[in-house]
Amino acid sequence: MNELVASFGGRALRIGRRIFSRPRIDVPLALGLLLLALAGLTVLYSASNLNASMVAGQAVRFAIGGALLLVVSRIPPSLLRAWTPWFYLLSCVLLVVVMVLGEGRGADRWLDLGVIRFQPSELMKLAMPMMVAWYLHPRPLPPRWRDIIAIGILVGAPAYLVFKQPDLGTALLIVASGVFVLFLAGLQWWKIGAMLAALAAAAPVAWHFLHDYQRERVLTFLNPERDPLGSGWHIIQSMIAVGSGGVLGKGFNQGTQSKLEFLPEHTTDFIFAVLGEEFGLVGVLVLLALYVFIVGRCLWIAANARDTWSRLTAGALGLAFMVYVIVNGGMIAGLLPVVGVPLPLVSYGGTSAITLLTGFGVVMSIHAHRKWSA
Amino acid sequence: MNSRGELPDERAKRARFGLRALTGFALMLALVLVVAGRFVYLQVYQHTEYSTRAKANRVRLRHLPPPRGLIYDREGKLLADNVPAFRLDVIPDKVKHMDAMLERLSMVVPLTADDIRRFRQSLKQHRPFEQVPLKFRLTESERDRFAVDQWQFPGVSIDPYLTRNYPYGAEFAHVIGYVGRIDEKEQAQLDPDRYAGSTHIGKTGLEKEYENLLHGTPGYELVEVNADQRPLRVLQRVAAKPGRNLYLTIDERLQRATIAAFDGQTGAAVAIDPRNGNVLAMVTVPSFDPNLFVNGISQSDYTALLEDPEKPLLNRAMRGGYPPGSTVKPFLGLGGLELGLRKASDTVLSTGTFYIPGVARGYRDDQRYGAGRVDLVQAITQSVNTYFYSLALQMGIGRLDQWMARFGFGSPTGIDLPDETGGVLPSPEWKRKTFKQPWYPGETVIAGIGQGYWMVTPLQLAHALATLAGGGLAHVPHVLAATSDGLGAPEMPYPQPRPEQLTHDPADLAAVKQGMLGVVNSPMGTAYKAGIGAGFPYLIAGKTGTAELYSRTTEAYNTNRNLQYLAERHRAWFIAYAPADHPQIAIAVVLEHGAWGGTAAAPIARKMLDQWLLDTPPSERPPPITTPATQTAVAAPVTP
Repeated sequence: MNELVASFGGRALRIGRRIFSRPRIDVPLALGLLLLALAGLTVLYSASNLNASMVAGQAVRFAIGGALLLVVSRIPPSLLRAWTPWFYLLSCVLLVVVMVLGEGRGADRWLDLGVIRFQPSELMKLAMPMMVAWYLHPRPLPPRWRDIIAIGILVGAPAYLVFKQPDLGTALLIVASGVFVLFLAGLQWWKIGAMLAALAAAAPVAWHFLHDYQRERVLTFLNPERDPLGSGWHIIQSMIAVGSGGVLGKGFNQGTQSKLEFLPEHTTDFIFAVLGEEFGLVGVLVLLALYVFIVGRCLWIAANARDTWSRLTAGALGLAFMVYVIVNGGMIAGLLPVVGVPLPLVSYGGTSAITLLTGFGVVMSIHAHRKWSA
Repeated sequence: MNSRGELPDERAKRARFGLRALTGFALMLALVLVVAGRFVYLQVYQHTEYSTRAKANRVRLRHLPPPRGLIYDREGKLLADNVPAFRLDVIPDKVKHMDAMLERLSMVVPLTADDIRRFRQSLKQHRPFEQVPLKFRLTESERDRFAVDQWQFPGVSIDPYLTRNYPYGAEFAHVIGYVGRIDEKEQAQLDPDRYAGSTHIGKTGLEKEYENLLHGTPGYELVEVNADQRPLRVLQRVAAKPGRNLYLTIDERLQRATIAAFDGQTGAAVAIDPRNGNVLAMVTVPSFDPNLFVNGISQSDYTALLEDPEKPLLNRAMRGGYPPGSTVKPFLGLGGLELGLRKASDTVLSTGTFYIPGVARGYRDDQRYGAGRVDLVQAITQSVNTYFYSLALQMGIGRLDQWMARFGFGSPTGIDLPDETGGVLPSPEWKRKTFKQPWYPGETVIAGIGQGYWMVTPLQLAHALATLAGGGLAHVPHVLAATSDGLGAPEMPYPQPRPEQLTHDPADLAAVKQGMLGVVNSPMGTAYKAGIGAGFPYLIAGKTGTAELYSRTTEAYNTNRNLQYLAERHRAWFIAYAPADHPQIAIAVVLEHGAWGGTAAAPIARKMLDQWLLDTPPSERPPPITTPATQTAVAAPVTP
């Protein structure tokens, strides 16, 4: 009994020592995230019409996310990997719950826990790459067909739940994060080609399952002037905001498109357009460069990780992060349909910021523990 | 490495991962570059276009319709003004289900079928993002009720505006006319810049005639709006220039006294200042309330006006055509002198019936056995038909026409009011054109006493009389005296065309005037019995007229028939001017159901004279005529 206690105590002590030992975060990545958060708060301050309490609220969320990042970075990847299935299951359950009794604006995406409201689909964005990496971790690489099928189920089930919310954009991003793991795991190119071909063949079928408003968005994206006051409004006003910003922008708090509310959702999904309007092309390129730097750093950390799970998780999180930026930016610039994907760490919104920072906590942990065996 | 291409160890896995991570990064970088390229395209190459669109987004031009000019009478009494009111406006774009919204709205603010019909009509004239008026002149309780429920009606709002108001209502309706909502046809012809934001336009009367002066110049505001089109601030403002105020020659007191004198009898009266052509009063009875038309008259009100047998919408004073009857005699008599056909002293024997030589059919005198030998003065005083039958025949229809046309008969007087009619001055050409029939000498005979095809308007007769009273100077009658921009003093007078001298010899005029003095003041005069000269400090000159409504035959006047019968058949005329020696007012009165001119229409003229010449302090009146109105004064021979 004593031995058991001692061994348990000793184990706890070891873990505790690891957690509370000197910070082992990756400084370049942390700096990049800090810069991004500051940029995000600045743009939000203007986009919210100088609403200080809104910015403070977002800063608090960043602080919570930052704290979670620091905590998670102390947890060894082996432990994180062990917890992964439970985390994945929890996310799935929450998705089911939100489906049964969720509430939200038009789409049921929110779960109200009294104190906080959050979107389980955001949680799933983090859980998915970890889960697929967990599945592939003990198995031979590159993935075999049966693994692909198993992963298809792991990815498809929650993605379907999110799609039904309905949130096509997030569902696709969840699928993408799973697919990135497969890609990074070294899936043969011919298999990738076969899957892409199957996807192309399935597209007409998928069209059949889309909601009317989703089809509408796709059609409107193809021709925004088709519905200039309806869903085309978003794209047109966003392009006007960006285009009128020019090279140097109109200056902080000078954007007429967002100030006069022509630009819809200008604190959340369309905040990039506010940046484009007020800080111009220069601001846009600086922000994109910052994102590229963060993703590059993630991939560098992944490449130096010790085991399969760590590599795949860190790599997939980095690529998915970049995809969020590309999808959001593409939407703002009229390249992609309006899909309701926030700009990571800049858009106003708690769940997204906190889960993203937690995800970077996982990356930090992988970086910090790269020298230890699992 | 086995046959499946499985990665053998950790090193191989790492190497493969490194390759894939690099590939993935390259892919992402490529996509980021595409996005960045798109931003470059939007922000550099299309910057100008999107800048323009951003500006167009936020800046709206809002029209400020000018306040309409006010209309005053000659003494500055307000006859047409603008009062603040509220209307219900709808922005069609913001209403999802128009029918359902209108139905719900009608439970809050009563909407008549007329309101909805008009609204649907104006929907077609506006673009979907423009405000379309639904209901004008909301009452206070309607405003309150809507204010409570406004949140239920997005796109519907209450807006203040200035609406036209006619404080005197029916009393000036035929002169001032009214404004009404711009209709589709007018919209197509109006200058869109001048009428931007305007909803009303002059439809009749002075409001129509002087639309250009009254309308003013619209201003505008550049307003910054948000996406809901809610104005946030005014960037630039150019104020509207109000329309010019009009000062009329018409006197409100005379106008109202005239209306009162009619006492509801159907007819018309026009008073003109012979010295300058100023119209002092212009009355049509019955009239209508012009305020009904301003914001759209209801179908039932309109039907009632149209179906009224007395036709209140007919502007009798300048559109009512009546046979002038004996009122033409002074003008014809003057023609006989001026054309050198007769002298004033020449006499004609009246036997009771006049025959055209060689024609069996006779033309009757008023007096069954005739008036005996009469000269011009007596012929006018006693209204002796025979004198004028023979004169007309002597002149011939050609010269008769020419002469009477100079006094304005047969054509509009040119008054500054729209839609004046010119009546009918019968002539062989006119008859051929109208009826495709030849002219008979008998028609020339009856033209001499104002019967037959003759049609004159009260305005024409008043104008002709004013010309005669004013020494043969034909001033074009007008109702506008002056205009003002609302700040400075009125610009007096409003320029008028030069008057034309129609007569040559003042003695000719004097003889005719002598005859007209007798009408009122001589015991032989046709208006003497009406006693309108009694107790009046000035001499009145006049002429009665009784026009047959239906018959142009020689059927004898049956004085035994009751007055009711005669009243239905006859138009009673009385024309008069005073003071006789220096005339200041010339009046024409017609009563549609008057039996005899002298007794029915003359008292109205007297009341008008009372008002015009006596309702001022004696010190400001013209000097009274001291010569008593005696037989000797009237009968004194006139020497040319």
